[in-house]
Amino acid sequence: MITAGIESGAKNTKVVIMDNDKILCKNMVLTGFDQRLAVKRAFEDALKAGNLSKDKIEKIGATGSGKDFVEIADVNVNDIKAMGKAANYFFSNARTVVDVGSEEGRTVKINENGDIEDFVINEKCAAGAGSFIEAMARALEVDLEEMGPLALTSDKEIGMNAQCVVFAESEVVGLIHAKTATNDISRAIHDSMASRIVSMIRRIGVNEDIVVMGGVGRNPGFITPIQRELNVEKIYVPDEPEFGPALGAALVAAL
Amino acid sequence: MAKYPTEQLKCWSKAKELREEFYKNFAQAKDKGGLRWMGSAWAFDAVPSGLGEDVYCVTGEPYGATCAFDRPLSQKFLNASANYGFARDLCAYMRNYWGSILCNKYALGGKFPKADFSWSQHICCSHAKWYQNACELEGGVPLYCVDVGAGAYPPFEPEMYAHRIKYVSDQLLEGIEWLQKVTGREFNDELFAKAAWNDIRSTYKWAQICMLNRATPAPLDEKSIYSFYVFGTLQKSNKAFADFYDELYDEVKDRVDRGIAAVPNEQKRIMTDTQPPWGFLKIYRYMEEWGVVSIGSLYTFGLEGMWLYDDEKHEFTPRPMPEQKPRTREEICTMLADWHLSKPEYQHFYHPEYKTKMMDSIAKNWKTDGIILHYNRGCEGLSVGIAENRLGLIERGNKVMAYEGNMGDANEFDEAATIKRLDIFMESLGLSKPA
Repeated sequence: MITAGIESGAKNTKVVIMDNDKILCKNMVLTGFDQRLAVKRAFEDALKAGNLSKDKIEKIGATGSGKDFVEIADVNVNDIKAMGKAANYFFSNARTVVDVGSEEGRTVKINENGDIEDFVINEKCAAGAGSFIEAMARALEVDLEEMGPLALTSDKEIGMNAQCVVFAESEVVGLIHAKTATNDISRAIHDSMASRIVSMIRRIGVNEDIVVMGGVGRNPGFITPIQRELNVEKIYVPDEPEFGPALGAALVAAL
Repeated sequence: MAKYPTEQLKCWSKAKELREEFYKNFAQAKDKGGLRWMGSAWAFDAVPSGLGEDVYCVTGEPYGATCAFDRPLSQKFLNASANYGFARDLCAYMRNYWGSILCNKYALGGKFPKADFSWSQHICCSHAKWYQNACELEGGVPLYCVDVGAGAYPPFEPEMYAHRIKYVSDQLLEGIEWLQKVTGREFNDELFAKAAWNDIRSTYKWAQICMLNRATPAPLDEKSIYSFYVFGTLQKSNKAFADFYDELYDEVKDRVDRGIAAVPNEQKRIMTDTQPPWGFLKIYRYMEEWGVVSIGSLYTFGLEGMWLYDDEKHEFTPRPMPEQKPRTREEICTMLADWHLSKPEYQHFYHPEYKTKMMDSIAKNWKTDGIILHYNRGCEGLSVGIAENRLGLIERGNKVMAYEGNMGDANEFDEAATIKRLDIFMESLGLSKPA
């Protein structure tokens, strides 16, 4: 069965098209202000990439904060369920899944089928979401992609006390004025965000294997402190972690 | 798709009338030459009844909840409280109450009726300060507070020692002297005895009503339970309320016998905890669309219902009424102290594990499929230890969802995020989103 999963996220819209368990193609566009248009573009470009026509797609699953804008969807899949299924697809031993999107951080405990056993969502504070790193990269005048590798070059621990992204930015500006090295500030930012996520993981229990999805999964500056704080040997990250929820939605659509 | 028959509760309008009359009586007490008092819903309200049949009260928690239900009005009260200088992280009922005094506006209409005295109880760190400030804001109203920090009731402690009961009953006896002094009225022990027995009747019967909700389908949903449990919080010693609970029991029993459901498509049963966000009770209706009935909570069962927890059998059953009616003032005070110190909602102030045990017992005996916890920022007392309860309940095999909110401050409740969580939780219980 050929199914598509569409994640209408706060920042990006992603599409994954699958033939049963095989990924045929995928695509990602910026969501912008018109979610419907973003869904249309992302889906059409994905079809082109896979050399497929729309009538070949038997079922479409929608997920993400804008899932209600995916009018072509047959089934709406909640974000937590989608990430659980995706983690199970990539790593069958996955039991704890972390997904840090641009506006939310989530941790989920799943069973051997990828079904939800327990979950925690942080939607009240940007300090536990991807937008935090973006805002801090702007404050430091560093490219987003450089933030993680930069953090890994630091061997200094600088505590960031602010619980709120707005105040955290003030703290970063304070560190800049204090002539703190950019890599040390970057590490402080990543450590701070990782500590928010670690506390969410602890709330559902540290159940190995731990999988990180969402775009932040690509950021080694974020993965390393999580590993350090949880004292685990490995954190599993799929090759393209940002496509996890869309893939999960495609899997659920096939059920 | 309806699985069970349903019908409206016949005593619904009577409940509405009784509640309206209660608040009206407080507002109009002075027209009849009567007295008004304010205090906690947990207070020993039978005691001031000894001052006469024209003594009316308003209890702060249900009044705060009434304010919170009207969100625009509540916002005015909360703003007034904040502008006065009260911190925003204090008890939300308390802030609504103070705001109501500061705005001189009674949530039920008209100016805020000032009390002649305050008769309250120290149950948490907020309550004493609540009425201390309320008394000051009302221009110097005399205040009497009973401290109930006497220790947990069995089985959480080996026994309820006599000296602990005496600690509370002596305060009640002293309080009677104080009431006579500040009101200039003579205390009538006969009226007191009647009121005390009504207290026992209503708190016993409420527990019996909640027991009926063990049935499948549940005859009552929690949103309706909120409308009924409130009488215990308004004035449990009120004869009309005790009589009403008898009537309600008969009707709910009849529903059970005839298989009448509160939620006709009942598929899953949940329980909740602590006060809900009063301005957003629609979340309960939302869950019903999924086929979920909330059968109640330790809060709705045990705030004004009297129960005993059996640790060995892991059972939670109504505490039997005293075998004999007390005769003297001293005996009445002792009976009231002993009766109320067994209140389930007191026990978890001593250790979160006690609450976890009682909640798990409800979950098992009322056959729930999941538990929803409200991390209620508006109530320090009842929220203390709730994260530990969550872990304990999960360890005991329950599916648990938590959401953050506030019982009395709508600013701290995120409706969209909560609905999203509910969707995830309902699906994890094996339900499908209704079309």
